[in-house]
This record gives sequence, C-alpha cells and structure tokens, in this order.
Amino acid sequence: MSNNEILKPGVYYLQGAQACLEGAITAGCRVYAGYPITPATEIMEHAAHRLPRLGGRFIQMEDEISSASVLLGASWAGAKAMTATSSPGFSLMQEVISFAIMTETPLVIVDVQRPGPGQGYITTGQEDVMQARWGHHGEGSIIALSPASVQDMFEFTIEAFNLAERWRTPVLVMAEETVAHMRERLIVPAPGTIPIVNRTKPQDMGIAPEHYLPYGHAQVPPMATWGEGYNINHVSLVHHEDGNVTRYNPKVHFENVARIHRKIEDNVDTIARLETRELEGCRHVLICYGSVSRTGIEAVLEARAERGIPIGFIRLHTLWPFPERQLRDLLPDVGVVFVPEMNLGMMAHPIMEALRDRCRRVVSIPSLGSLHSPEMILARIYEELQ
Amino acid sequence: MTRQQRFEIRIAGFGGQGVVTIGRILGTAFSVFGGKNSVNTQSYGPESRGGACRSEVVVSEGDINYPYVRNADVLIALSQVALDTYIGELKEGGILVFDPDAVTTLPPSGRFLRYAVPTVALAHETGDLKYQNVVALGALYALIRDRIEKASLMEALKQSVPPKTIDTNMAAFDKGKRYVQSHFLRET
Repeated sequence: MSNNEILKPGVYYLQGAQACLEGAITAGCRVYAGYPITPATEIMEHAAHRLPRLGGRFIQMEDEISSASVLLGASWAGAKAMTATSSPGFSLMQEVISFAIMTETPLVIVDVQRPGPGQGYITTGQEDVMQARWGHHGEGSIIALSPASVQDMFEFTIEAFNLAERWRTPVLVMAEETVAHMRERLIVPAPGTIPIVNRTKPQDMGIAPEHYLPYGHAQVPPMATWGEGYNINHVSLVHHEDGNVTRYNPKVHFENVARIHRKIEDNVDTIARLETRELEGCRHVLICYGSVSRTGIEAVLEARAERGIPIGFIRLHTLWPFPERQLRDLLPDVGVVFVPEMNLGMMAHPIMEALRDRCRRVVSIPSLGSLHSPEMILARIYEELQ
Repeated sequence: MTRQQRFEIRIAGFGGQGVVTIGRILGTAFSVFGGKNSVNTQSYGPESRGGACRSEVVVSEGDINYPYVRNADVLIALSQVALDTYIGELKEGGILVFDPDAVTTLPPSGRFLRYAVPTVALAHETGDLKYQNVVALGALYALIRDRIEKASLMEALKQSVPPKTIDTNMAAFDKGKRYVQSHFLRET
C-alpha cells in the first residue's frame, strides 16, 4: 500500500477498519474529523496516517459533537467528509445528525457498535440499530447500512458516500467491533468499475445564481458550494425553498419536512438492498444483518444439511429505510421467522410489522456482547421446529 | 451448495511474543499469495486481560461464514496458560505445537499429535528472543506443508516485518522448520 495515492487495484489483507477508510478515500473523502473510542479508533488512526498524504485534512476534535460538526462545514465547502465513532460517541452525534437531515447535508458517520447502555462494554454489538433511525430529534428518514465483511467495509463505505451525495443526506454505516477488527482479503477492482456519485450542483442543472433556491427545484435540491457565487442559507429552522425562516406557516412546515422525509421513503426500492439465499421452496426463514449474517447463513446451511429443515436466508444490507415491500414480496407465506441479533430483539420489530399477516410467528434470538455461535442459533431453530 | 472444509489455526501465548503478527502473516500467506480465503482475528477485551494473547486464522477454499475457530486443527501454545485455556478446543487428531520450556504440564497423550519445539532456545540462537514467533511459524509450516507453499509464507513475512530484519526472520523460520523435520519427520 502506497501512502500517497488511492488504493490500487489488487489483493490486500486488511482489517475492516482500514478497508472502511480506504473505501472512503476511493469515494473521494478528503476530510476526517474524530474523537477516539474503542473499538472505532483504528479507523481514525488510519485516517490520520492516510489523509494528510493525499492532500486531505485530518482533525482530532475535543469530542464527538464537534467532530460531527466539522463534517457540516466541510460538506458545505464542497468536500466529502466522514467521522467514525462507537456507540457512546454515536449518542453524542445525534444532535448533528438531526441538523444534517434538516439542512440536507451529505456526510458519512461510521458507528463501530459496542454494547451499551452507558459505557457498556468494549466488545461487539448491534444495539444502536434503532438509535440510527430514531435517535435524532424530529422527523426525517435516514439511510443506514450494515456491513458483514472486510470487503463490505470497503464497498459499503463507498456506497454510503454515493447515497449521501445522491440524496443529500447523512448516511450511517452501522458496523460492529466484529467486522471492524477482523482481517480478510480485500479485492480492489480496476478504476472506473467502482461507480462514484457526486452531488448535483445548481450549475449542473443550468440554474443561475439569481434563480437558485437552496431547498427547491427538485425533491432532492441541487446543492451549491460556498464560494461559487450562489447565495446559500444553511438553516435548520423550518424554512421556505429559498431558505427564508421569517414567514412561518404550517403549510410550508409540512412541505419542508415531509419532502425531506419522503425523498428517502419514496425511494426505498432504489436505496435499500437485501440478499437472499436458499429461499426457493423454503417454509421458514432466518433474517439477519451485519456480522450475525455470517453465523446466520452457517446455521441455515447446517439446518438444511443435517436435518433437512426447509429454511431460507435473508440478509439486510440496508437497515434504514426499512425494505418492507421487498420483504413482503419475497415472503408471501412463511412459517417461523428467526431473527438473530446482537441485541435483545430490535430489528425483529419492523420485521414483525412487515410480515404481520405473512408469517406464523417471529422468534428473536438475542445475544449481548458477542457474536452468536452457529450452535446457539441452531439450538433455537431445532427447539422451535421439532 | 457444497460446504467447504475449514482449516482452523489458533496461536496463543503472552502479549509481546508475536502471536498476533504470525496470525497476520499466515492469513496474508493463505489469502493474498495462496489463493484461499481466510479470516484472521485476535484476542480482544476480556480475553486479553492478564497478558494473555490469542490469534486465530480460519482457512477455506470456500466462503468462511462464522469467522472464529469452532474446532481447532492446530494449536500453537507458547505459554502454560495458553495451553490450559485452549487445549479443550483442539480437535482429536489435531496438531499441538508447544514450547517445552514454557509448557510443562500437558494433558494425557493420545488425543493429539504433539510437537515439542524449544522456540525460545532456537530464537536465542538467531540472536534475539523476539524471533520466537517466526521459529514457531517455521515449525508449523513443516507440519502443514500440504496446505501452504513456503514461497507464500516468505512473501507474507517480507511484507510484515521491517526490511532490515528479513534475513534474520528467514533464518528463524528455517530453524523452526528444520527442528521439526529432524526431530519428528525424519527429514532434513
């Protein structure tokens, strides 16, 4: 790995944390601001090593609120910017996430989840998946991805930047200690084969400065960069299309916030991705995400091979917006839905809601602080079905 | 789909013995130069208390789903604590490499293939105790030559150590390899 260029095509053996930052660099990220916390610190260390040599900026801030706030200014100035933290720090960043949703600011936050509440522990977890969606105050949907391998850490981080730029919104990469610390092969494809998305500017749409509305023109408004001649009001108060906040009325309020929410939710099928295996003819299904999906598929394959149980597998690549319609289309009629998670049953709730009239029951398989073993998931499947 | 065989290596000892480094070298050798999939993890959090250190490499021709060791094929134990902690998860007929100067209490013989390799003493012969891990790596290579090319390990080793130590590292590797060959495999 050369220090002063983007990762070249080839085969590498990297930690998930390193692959995440390399993905960010490949996506065009040149600003990182952060505050260290186990188990996310390796991303920050790698950023400190890499970004200055690429002409980028690395800033250690005094806390997580200021770290995330740096991304706002960087993004408005035209940069792609990210930070990484772990669960207690992610709590502190909620204020900025809310602000970024309302100001429609593209940025990427990686949460290398550890168990909570409080300081909790420094091992692995998936206990922030609801905080990702509902932790910020106010309305407004969010995009959150769930990587399960070192290759995913690279590719999903690129995807996170692309989604942030495309939809003008903060995007969350909900990693876990498991996937951030493991080392695996990373295959970097040839340049030009990785799609990179950049935000639409008013210039791209032929909009002159005097006609520019920073929150208008489209469901996803074009975003001007500071210093290019366009007047921009980055406001997190309820605002008109021109950014004006002085003439409040409920109709404008509804249009403003509903548009920000709907630009994500109207496009769930474009944004959200999931992966299926062994679904053909299955009677039951196991639904999971993140590193638990590695144990999950192992358990499904063993249950099929050892006892002939007709069980299929679905992995959510995208947690939010939740792919409800996709799940319903895949599962018109199913028996038991197993949901192993490294929490006490969080995503089991939207899954239950999505499949309320499609399945016999939803069985949560919780684990706190450590990855389920295949035996643990198998035992629950066998107990339920035999 | 056909589920592929996993080959699981666990290396354990104290922090500072280079346990993590040889795990990374093995993973790089298998995956970057050997064309196989591997996942390398290391001890963390509660496991690493009290100076204990562990590194794992799971290797397969196919997908590696569950990333941790389930039933180890190999245990390299560089301390008594490491052996006591992990011997129960070494599969029957598995390979146990241990340093007889550090590990003095062994479980009853018969279940595993045992290889006593004086890694500390051999490392001292290279001039520095810090090469103990690479002595152990050489010893392991002699026992799993059907699974990995020496050239792959050498390339991974070169990538992972400071350039000026490459020659000594290679000498340490050969010491471990030759010890096993001459004491257990009747080869030279």
